[in-house]
Amino acid sequence: MFIYLFLSLLLLSAGAYHLGRKRAFVVANGHIRKLHSLPSFYGSYTALWCFLPALIVFGLWITFQQGFIIDLVVAGMPPELRNLPPDQLNLVVNDLKNLVGGNFVSSAPNPAMLAAADHYRHLRTVGNAALWVTVLSLAILGVVHAWRAISPTLRARNRVERVVNVFLIASSTIAIFTTLGIVLSVVFESILFFQKVPISEFLFGLQWSPQTALRADQTGSSGAFGSVPLFAGTLLISGIAMVIAVPIGLMSALFLSEYATPKFRAVAKPALEVLAGIPTVVYGFFAALTVAPLIREIGTSMGLHVASESALAAGLVMGIMIIPFVSSLSDDVINAVPQSMRDGSYALGATKSETIKRVLLPAALPGIVGSILLAVSRAIGETMIVVMAAGLSANLTANPLEAVTTVTVQIVTLLTGDQEFDSPKTLAAFALGLMLFIVTLILNIIALQVVRKYREQYE
Amino acid sequence: MSTTIIEAKANLDNALNAEGRQIPLSSVQITDYDHRQTVGKITVDNPKMICRDVNVYYTGKQALKHVSIDIGANEVIAFIGPSGCGKSTFLRCLNRMNDTIPFCQVIGEIKLDQDDIYDKSIDVVQLRARVGMVFQKPNPFPKSIYENVAYGPRIHGMVDGKAEMDELVRASLERAGLLKEVENRLSEPGTSLSGGQQQRLCIARAIAVNPEVILMDEPCSALDPIATAKIEELIDELRENYTIVIVTHSMQQAARVSQRTAYFHLGDLIEIGETDQIFTNPKHKLTEDYITGRFG
Ligand SMILES: Nc1ncnc2c1ncn2[C@@H]1O[C@H](COP(=O)(O)OP(=O)(O)OP(=O)(O)O)[C@@H](O)[C@H]1O
Ligand SMILES: [Mg+2]
Repeated sequence: MFIYLFLSLLLLSAGAYHLGRKRAFVVANGHIRKLHSLPSFYGSYTALWCFLPALIVFGLWITFQQGFIIDLVVAGMPPELRNLPPDQLNLVVNDLKNLVGGNFVSSAPNPAMLAAADHYRHLRTVGNAALWVTVLSLAILGVVHAWRAISPTLRARNRVERVVNVFLIASSTIAIFTTLGIVLSVVFESILFFQKVPISEFLFGLQWSPQTALRADQTGSSGAFGSVPLFAGTLLISGIAMVIAVPIGLMSALFLSEYATPKFRAVAKPALEVLAGIPTVVYGFFAALTVAPLIREIGTSMGLHVASESALAAGLVMGIMIIPFVSSLSDDVINAVPQSMRDGSYALGATKSETIKRVLLPAALPGIVGSILLAVSRAIGETMIVVMAAGLSANLTANPLEAVTTVTVQIVTLLTGDQEFDSPKTLAAFALGLMLFIVTLILNIIALQVVRKYREQYE
Repeated sequence: MSTTIIEAKANLDNALNAEGRQIPLSSVQITDYDHRQTVGKITVDNPKMICRDVNVYYTGKQALKHVSIDIGANEVIAFIGPSGCGKSTFLRCLNRMNDTIPFCQVIGEIKLDQDDIYDKSIDVVQLRARVGMVFQKPNPFPKSIYENVAYGPRIHGMVDGKAEMDELVRASLERAGLLKEVENRLSEPGTSLSGGQQQRLCIARAIAVNPEVILMDEPCSALDPIATAKIEELIDELRENYTIVIVTHSMQQAARVSQRTAYFHLGDLIEIGETDQIFTNPKHKLTEDYITGRFG
C-alpha cells in the first residue's frame, strides 16, 4: 500500500529531474554557459523540491494516522464502551485492531465491536486516499515551484549541495546518537544494578555465581556478583590469543610486504584474510572438538591435569582467528612507508633485515599498534569460541589448562532464556557490559597515547 | 668496443638465466642499432671507477646503451642530459641500487678500484658503504638528527662506544656544514629541519660511513638558491676526500662544481670532457643543442 505511494513518489521525482534539466536548457536558450550551474543540478534541484516536502508529509502522516483514527473510532463508540477505565479500553482497542486485521480475537465479537471495526475500516480507506492525494499534489506543487524558480541566475548547485550537506551531517550523527543511546541505556540499567548489589562487591569480589532467589522463600542460591574472575578469564584468553596472533601476524606481514614476490602476495594476502571470514561458530567447534581434546591428551601424557574445556584451547584458536587482523593491516601500513625510506637505508649499506628493524617497523609503528588494538578488542569481544571451548565456570586462575569464562560469555548466559528484567541477575549483564566498554575505552586511550609518543613522521 | 646485437642478446640471455628470472626473451627488444658513439676522452689518469660497455634494461626496454666512462679519483663529475635519458639509471648502477628494482637488468663491467662490483664475490652491503648516495628529494629517516647520522656507522659497527659515536656524528655534521645550525637540537626529529638542512643532513648521513664515492642525484632540485649555494660549496670542499658524481639539470651548477661533464641522450653517453670544454666548445651537435637550450 504505502510502498506503492513511495514508488510513485520516486517515479515522479525521476520525472522531475528530467523536467528540471530540460527547463534549464530552455531558460538558457541552449547556451549552457549562461547557466550558473550545470543542467543536471537544475534537475536535482527540481527533483529535491518534488521529493523532500512530499516525503516529510508522508512520514508524519503514517506516523500519526493510526492513533488519530483510533481516537475517532473510540469517540464514535457507544458510551458503555467509551467510558471504560483506560486499561480495559486498551484491551478493547487491541481487540478492535485484531478484528480489523482478521486475527484471533479474545472475545466473541459483539455488534458494537463490529460496528467500530467497520468505522475503523472506513476511516482508514478515507485516510489513505487523502494521503495519496496530499502527497502527490505536494510533489507536483514542488515541481511547479522549482519549475518557476529556474532561471539562469538560480544557484542550483549551491542549493543542491547544501541539501546533500545536511543529509551527510544527519547520516554521521545517526552513528553518534546510536552510540550515545546505547551507552546511556547501559548506564541506566547498571545504576539499577548497583542499587541492588554494592559496587565494591562487583568490582572487587572474587566470587561469581549469579543465581539469585526468585522467591523470598527459596534457599540455596544467594547470588555473588564479583566480576574479578570474569575479567581475569577474559584477560587470560585474550592474552593467549595475542601471544599467538601478534608475532605470527607481524611476521607474515613483514614477509608479505618485504620478501614475497608481488605474485605470491596477491595470492597469499586474500588467503590469509579468509581466516577472518570463517564464522566464529566454526572456530568454536574446531576448538572444542579438535584442539581441546588434543591439548588434553598431550597434557595428560606429560602428567598434567587438563580440564576438558581449557583457556588454552580457546585462546589458541582465537589467536588464529585474529591473525589476519594483525597481518593484513600491518602489511598495509608497512607498504605505506615511502620507498624513499627504504632507498635511503639501502644506500647506506643496510641489509633488508636492518632496514626492516630500524626504519620500517618504527615508521609503521602507529599503524601496527592500531592493528594490534583492533585484534585485542576483537579478542575481548569474542564469545562463541569461549562458550564452546573454555566453559562457563568462573574460576579465578592463571592456569591456562583450567576452564575459565569471560565477560561476554556471562552476559550471554545471563540474558538468554526466560528472565525477569529487574532481577540483579539480568541487570548484572548491563553492569558487565558497561565495565567492558570502559575497559576497551581505556585500552584505546592508552594505545593512542603510545602511538602519539612514538610516532615517527615522514615528510 | 661495442658488441653486436646478437652478442648483446646472448649476453642478456645468459644474465637472465644466471639470475634465474623468467623473462621471455621475445619480450626483450634490443633496439640499440641506433646507438651513438661517445665523443671525447673517456679515460682518466687516476680512475676511481671504470665502467665499460654498461647496458641497462627495464623489462625489455633498454635504458642505457654501451656506456663506457672512467670516474677519476677526487674529481667531481657531472651528468647532464634531457629528462629520461638515463642519468639516474646509470648513477644507480654505480652502487647497485638498481638491484632493488625488480626486472632491472644491468649488463657490462663496472669496477671500483680493481673490483668488479657486479661480481658474485662482492658484498653489496659493503659496496654501498663505499659508494654512498644522496637522493633528489631529501629523505631523512623519521628519527632524531643524531640517529639519522648514527644510522650508517651503527649498522656497520664502525665505532666502539657512545663517546666515539658522538664524535663521529658531530664530525659528519660539521663536514656537511650543518653542525652550527643543529648543535643544540640533535635529539629533534630530522624531519623538523628545512628542506636544505634536510638535504645536508642526508649528506652528513652519507659521509658518516666514510664512503669513497658519493653519488648525488639532483641533490638541489628541491632547494632554494641559498640552500643550493651552500650545498655546492660543500661539494667543492668534499672533493678533497671523496669522489663525487652529481646528476643535475642545472648547467650553471654543473659548470660551477664539476671538473668533467658527461652528456647523456636517450640512453647514449654522447659526449664527455672537461667541463670548460663541454660548455664553451662542445664537439657533438646534440651536446651543443642541449647546452644552448635548443633541446630539452
Ligand atoms: N623502475 C623503472 N622501471 C621501468 N623503466 C624505468 C624505471 N626507471 C627508469 N625507467 C626508464 O628508464 C629511462 C631512463 O630513466 P632515468 O630515471 O634514468 O632518467 P633520468 O635521466 O634520470 O631522467 P630525469 O632527469 O627526469 O631524472 C626512462 O625512459 C625511464 O622511463
Ligand atoms: Mg633522474
